Amino acid sequence: MGENLPLVWRKMPERYRLVGSKCLNCGRIYFPRRKICPHCRRKGKIVDIKMPEKGKIYSFSEVHSAPPGFENELPYFVAIVELQNGIKLFSMLADSPRNKIRIGAPVKMVFRKITENDGKGIIAYGYKFKVL
Amino acid sequence: MRDVAIVGAGMTKFGELWDKSLRELVVEAGAKAIEDANVEGRDIEAIFGGCMASGALTGQEHVGALLADHLGLNPIPSTRVESACASGGLALRTAYTAVASGMYDIVAVGGVEKMTEVSTADVTRALGGAGDQEWELFNGATFPSLYALMARRYMFEYGATEEQLAAVAVKNHHNAMSNPYAQYHREITIKDVMNSGYIASPLKLLDCSPITDGSAAVILTSMDKAKEYTSKPIKIRASAQASDSLALSDRKSLTSINAARVAAQSAFKQAGLSPKDIGMAEVHDCFSIAEILAIEDIGFFKRGEGARATAEGRTAIDGEIAVNTSGGLKACGHPVGATGIKQAIEAVWQLRGEASGRQVKDLEYALTHNVGGSGASVVVHIFERGY
Repeated sequence: MGENLPLVWRKMPERYRLVGSKCLNCGRIYFPRRKICPHCRRKGKIVDIKMPEKGKIYSFSEVHSAPPGFENELPYFVAIVELQNGIKLFSMLADSPRNKIRIGAPVKMVFRKITENDGKGIIAYGYKFKVL
Repeated sequence: MRDVAIVGAGMTKFGELWDKSLRELVVEAGAKAIEDANVEGRDIEAIFGGCMASGALTGQEHVGALLADHLGLNPIPSTRVESACASGGLALRTAYTAVASGMYDIVAVGGVEKMTEVSTADVTRALGGAGDQEWELFNGATFPSLYALMARRYMFEYGATEEQLAAVAVKNHHNAMSNPYAQYHREITIKDVMNSGYIASPLKLLDCSPITDGSAAVILTSMDKAKEYTSKPIKIRASAQASDSLALSDRKSLTSINAARVAAQSAFKQAGLSPKDIGMAEVHDCFSIAEILAIEDIGFFKRGEGARATAEGRTAIDGEIAVNTSGGLKACGHPVGATGIKQAIEAVWQLRGEASGRQVKDLEYALTHNVGGSGASVVVHIFERGY
């Protein structure tokens, strides 16, 4: 918030390319990225890893009451998506017919505008998922 | 560590209190608790106050200083405690550790939230901050939608129905009828809940706790000193807290809140008790599904059985375990930072036998369960009579 343009979220590769972390010590994968492996802590060795862009819906909800910036999207669907490597993430669903949205439905990442209504003219981009 | 007791309790009415400011609310609750404890202001050595989002909701931060100043207790140390929706419970636990350790003999603990000064959209954003801003809110999450994702998955895994979830709200509205402090005094039916319109499917308006103004406060002292103030001290038998991932998607399960399981198990171990010993519980029903998960995570019911058990009336005041006799967050109201303290006050009144119209019979042990965010923080307390 505030007068300055927000910068931090714009340089997160997770948002654009689904980049996560892998710990080379234990092999565990994390999304979004972590600096510390919660399993290995000091012994961990964290490197970037690209996540698969396909997965399936683990749970979903249709949102009818939105926070500022998302009013124009109403109603919209959000989901917990389970990627092919088992990693789960939260995402909006895009371009998905209502009758195909169900637990287990296959989905694929798409790159979309998240919101352009923050009052400062800043357009936020990032991932959404689309039912195949 | 020494035993700690609650010797005084007081709260404002919960509701849309348009004519009362943040500071008027805390002063009213604080003064009632001090009076109930029959303690002199000069004997209070420290203050802990739970408050989640006063900055976003009223523009006022620095609530610790506000508490000491307007309760007339300067210059004693006064500390704000924030743990999202568990701010009140964590303020109580923080004060408990301060007395149990011997650092202070008498401590005032409060909780407050003033929520009706801003638009519903602004409240939605402020409460959303209990989740993960970068990876949930940024991507369009609302707080109800996070619990909706848990509810959908619970229904999928266990075959529970929206009607069974609605039974939580119906029961809690019924319990609130006899609580003079409750926001709502209105019975509702399953049909009312089903027709109330989706906020975040499958959760409807009447599955959700409301936007509420209110404050609650208690006075703690050591068990040894408690008898100097009251003939009915309530002993804090256990105090526990646990953490989990900030983001819902990082959890192992969407149908169980692990921090609640860990905190409850820790509390039962401290107390040397089991879920069967508890006669009443105030649990964190910010949404109907949250009460279902709570009664399973604490261990009152097996996983997957909570929704059916609620629909069957097994959590009613005269059921196997009385859950949310105050009306819970749903019907007593949920002024976020005050809720954890209100839960403790309901336990105090129940144990003292002062919960007129909703009194649980033959009560020995009461439990409170206060959740921050979608389950990233949980605080559990167990209470018993100290007389």
